Formats: sequence, structure tokens, C-alpha cells
Amino acid sequence: MGYHFDFAALLPYWRDFAMGILLTLQLSAVSTVLGFVLGTLCAIGRSDGTRLIRTSLAIYIEVIRNTPLLVQIFLVYFGIATLGIHVSANMAAVTALVVNVVAYTSEIMRAGLESIHKSQLEAADCLGLSRAQIYWHVILRPAIERVYPALTSQYVLLMLASSITSQISAEELTAVANRIQSDTFRSFETYIIVGILYILLSFVVRIAFWAFGQGLFVRRRKLGTPL
Amino acid sequence: MSATANLAPMAPGTDEATVTPLVRLANVQKSFGAVKVLDGVSFEVERGEVAVIIGQSGSGKSTALRCIDALEKFEQGTIHVCGHAVHDKDLDRRALRRDVGIVFQSYNLFPHLTVEQNIMLAPTCVKSMRKAEARELARTALARVGLADKATQYPEQLSGGQQQRVAIARSLAMMPKVMLFDEVTSALDPQLTAEVLKVMEGLARDGMTMILVTHEMGFARKVASKIIYMYRGKVWESGPASMLDQPQTKELSMFVGTGLK
Repeated sequence: MGYHFDFAALLPYWRDFAMGILLTLQLSAVSTVLGFVLGTLCAIGRSDGTRLIRTSLAIYIEVIRNTPLLVQIFLVYFGIATLGIHVSANMAAVTALVVNVVAYTSEIMRAGLESIHKSQLEAADCLGLSRAQIYWHVILRPAIERVYPALTSQYVLLMLASSITSQISAEELTAVANRIQSDTFRSFETYIIVGILYILLSFVVRIAFWAFGQGLFVRRRKLGTPL
Repeated sequence: MSATANLAPMAPGTDEATVTPLVRLANVQKSFGAVKVLDGVSFEVERGEVAVIIGQSGSGKSTALRCIDALEKFEQGTIHVCGHAVHDKDLDRRALRRDVGIVFQSYNLFPHLTVEQNIMLAPTCVKSMRKAEARELARTALARVGLADKATQYPEQLSGGQQQRVAIARSLAMMPKVMLFDEVTSALDPQLTAEVLKVMEGLARDGMTMILVTHEMGFARKVASKIIYMYRGKVWESGPASMLDQPQTKELSMFVGTGLK
């Protein structure tokens, strides 16, 4: 095997890599926050909404979970353009990622919500709490705690999947790599670097989730026992 | 008769409403499918009374209790609780729940909240009480059930008896006019049962209106101002605690007989 590695050729591009990382993190952070909030609302709507809401959500979720992300991205990107609305590639990328991750979050959170025993709701109801207060104070936190490992995996996956948005020329890490390798012809080196960077980014996401969990699940932090 | 004793003396011709009992069930009927669980249940509980519902499993005692707090729907009859018409379609459930506290067999504490937070939740949410004030209230309620030192612990760190006492404190903090107890000691060993019953006895002494479903016959004799014996979805016999010693019906006679002698 006569391949000669030359990582030095990539050094001048460190700034581009950094910009790629930044955009990947931004895309992921925005879609994570939006995806989690909307996904949770969908989960609540799916277990507690009217028949129409439940059915519509079920259709949306099944469509998303049974089509490829890349196709969804193209649909959002070209779909928005067809409607005559001009949005940036980054905006289209976030929209597509959110549309995608909301469906998965909704299913994970539904499992969490369903794990809360009926007697908890009854007790809260008998204390006079409203439906919204019961969700906010009694159901949500234990539900999130129960499915937190699944949620973390899903959002690490989201960060990695954001690489696909390079296909609509969102300038995130993978798109940057594509450009650099065509400039330098150092494809192997470029993707090795990018691979390593994604591993580091995954760590960042996991640590962020861990830290958030420490803040949210006070009981678990103090006692160390599962709920 | 004993009912009017603890109310203010009545002037002749006093309005009917002022002598209305705090809780009144009239001909309540309920079926689960083909099974008639409540077959025309009627009873009244006056302010300050401790009514104890006894009876075999499946006699409808818990269902009757749950109907009072609108946890179960019923097909016929009327229930009035502290001026709320529970049978009414337009019942304001939240208003009802402000006046009625209920404690369950399975405690149902919120596991992710500390003991104190469990108690503070309803006063802050429902009565918009400030946190500091609610905390004060929680401490008072905890002291009343003998658990002042457990405020910052989590439910899982407590014994079953302690958890049940926290559940009682949580209900008390809402200052209900009536407290319902649904077999609250059935999951506890005798020692833990005793500590929970002691708390309930204290409440009874303080004049809290209570309706409880229990299998603790000794406790029933001790605190009940009224015993309601249910059999096959009906109030079979009711009266003061002394009726347990002179049962009028064969069924009650057998029930107390198998239980105690």
C-alpha cells in the first residue's frame, strides 16, 4: 500500500473546519431545543388530544419515521422554494431536522408519559391541580427522566444526521469537508479528520445532556437511584 | 340527633340549608358493566363527624367513597358535598377538590419531589400561595403528622407508614372541610398501621370531618361517631359505634364475628 498520508496539507483550512464545527453545533442545538419542545407537545397531543389531533399526529409521525431523512430534506428545501418563500439553506436544514426529530422525540416521550402511573394523576387531580399543572409539575420531569438515555441517543444521532444537510449546501462540517477535499485532493485525510471531529462533537452533546440531566433530576443526583 | 349537637343552637324555623349535612348521598347507584356495585346508597355525614364505612371486599365501600370526590361516575342518585352537587353535569371539580381531601391506600406521593415539595405543590399551584408561606405551611402540616425532621427527604427514603403520613399532611395543607381515607393502612404492617392511625385519631380529636373505609375494626370502635356497614352495594346497617356490639342483621353479626372473635 503506497498511500502517503499528508495531513499537513489540511492545516491551512483549520479555520474552515472550525466554521463547519460551529455551524454543525448551531444546527444541532437549535433543532434539539425546538425538536424537544415540539416533540413533547406532540406526545401530549397524541395521548391527550382530540381524536382529530391524535390521528393527524399519528399520520405525521408514521410518515416521517418511514421515509429517509435525505428525502425529507429535499422535500422541505424544494417545497418551501415552490411556495415562493425564499429561505437560506441553513434555515431549510434546521426546518427539515426539526420536522424529522419531532416525530422521533414524540414517540420516545410518549413512552415516558405512559410510564407514569395513573394514580399519580389521580392524586394530583384530587389536590385540585389543573391539567396543565399536572403535566408540568407531576408528569413531565419523571417522564423525561425515565426516557433520558433514549433521548440522549436520539439527539446525538440528530447531530450526526445534520451532516446530510450538506446535500442542500448548508455549510456545516461535512459540507466544509467536501469542499476541502476537492480543493486539496486529500480526501482520505479530510474524512479521517472529520470523523474524529464528529466523535468529539458526540462527546460534547453527551456531556451537555449529562449536565442538563444533573440540573433537572435533582433526586437522582442526590440519591443515585432510578425512578 | 348527635348531628345537631355540635352545631350552634338552632333558632326555631331555621333555614333548611344551615342544617344540611356536610356530605349527603341519596340513592346512589352505580354499575360496572352488569355488576351493580352501588345499589341505592344513602347516608349523611355531619360536620365534625367521623364516619367509618366497613364491609366485605366488593361491598362497594371504596366506590362509594370515590364517588364523593367525583373519581367515579354514578348513574343515579345525588351526592352533595360542602354545597357542591357532585351528580351535576356542570360540577366544578376543582372547586370540589378544594373542599375535599383524599388519601389513598398506595400513598401516591410524587417521587421526584421532596416531602416538603410534595406538600407545597398544591398550595402554590391551586391557591397561588408564595413559596415561603407554603414552606411554612408544609412544616406545620409535617409537625402535625410527626415528621417535622423529614421535610427535605424524598419519599423513597421513608417507610410506608411515614409516606402515608406525608400523604395525609399533603391533603391537610389544603385545609379541606372533609377528609376521605380509602383503606389507608391496608398496605402497612401492624406497627406502621398504628402510627398512621394515631395521626388520624388526632385529626378526629381536632374535629376534622372524616369518612374512612377501613378494615381496622378496633380503630372504628374507638373513633367512629357513625358506622356504615355496607353489604352488596347497600347500606345494610348504620349507627353509632356501639352497634358493632349489638348487630341487628345476620350479615353484620357474621362480619364482626369473623373479624374479631
